Amino acid sequence: MSNALHRRELLQLGLAAGGLLLVRPARATSFEMQSAIADYASGAPVKKGRVTFDIPPLVENGNGVPITVSVDSPMTAAEHVTGIAVFNERNPQRDVVRFTLGPRAGRAVVSTRIRLATSQQLVAVARLSDGTFWSQGVDVLVTLAACLE
Amino acid sequence: MARTLITVPSTAKRGEVIELRTLIAHPMETGFRPGADGLLLPRNLITRFSCRYNGELVFSADLHAAMAANPYIAFFTTATESGTLSFSWEGDHGFAQTETVSLSVT
Repeated sequence: MSNALHRRELLQLGLAAGGLLLVRPARATSFEMQSAIADYASGAPVKKGRVTFDIPPLVENGNGVPITVSVDSPMTAAEHVTGIAVFNERNPQRDVVRFTLGPRAGRAVVSTRIRLATSQQLVAVARLSDGTFWSQGVDVLVTLAACLE
Repeated sequence: MARTLITVPSTAKRGEVIELRTLIAHPMETGFRPGADGLLLPRNLITRFSCRYNGELVFSADLHAAMAANPYIAFFTTATESGTLSFSWEGDHGFAQTETVSLSVT
């Protein structure tokens, strides 16, 4: 009798745990990364949108991950992107790279290759000439990690 | 001198947006990685990249340890006049290298 109850409880526990794993809530951006982003934005609010962060969602080799960040902007003297920065969550340092652009860029698109130490979230932040900041975050799975960055 | 690979169109129309692709051979040692003797390998990074178009700074980047080895950077610029594009890399231990490419604008 008590054995049967036990089994039922265990099953329920198991189901609950499984459910937790499956419906893991969207992970909040880590505090350290958020403070790095706030530092880049010098306290200004960073809104979501206008930035397209292109990165393979499943990375086979963390030693050289191709990324492309493009920002929706006309790139005129009056309205252009002045900077693009990429931040990570779980490498030894939060900064990845900070680009400085100007109206002469013509197109606010940059590509490079980065290292990823583990599966994590990455955020690209764009600084516009009107003083606003826009961002996009992506989650990536890394199967082979870079050697400690 | 590190080997570099720079891809720039040789000619462009005035006002055309051209893509500039650059790559430099560099280990980008992070300073977080132990070597064969178990001690950390000293940091050796390129920390700054800049591109000047006839002397005017049009693009720059601050690189950190999370950049892959042999840093590759591709970006765009508007072709305004014929002249030279100079690409400079600066880094730890006094690393500095500049390469120039000429561009003719019609």
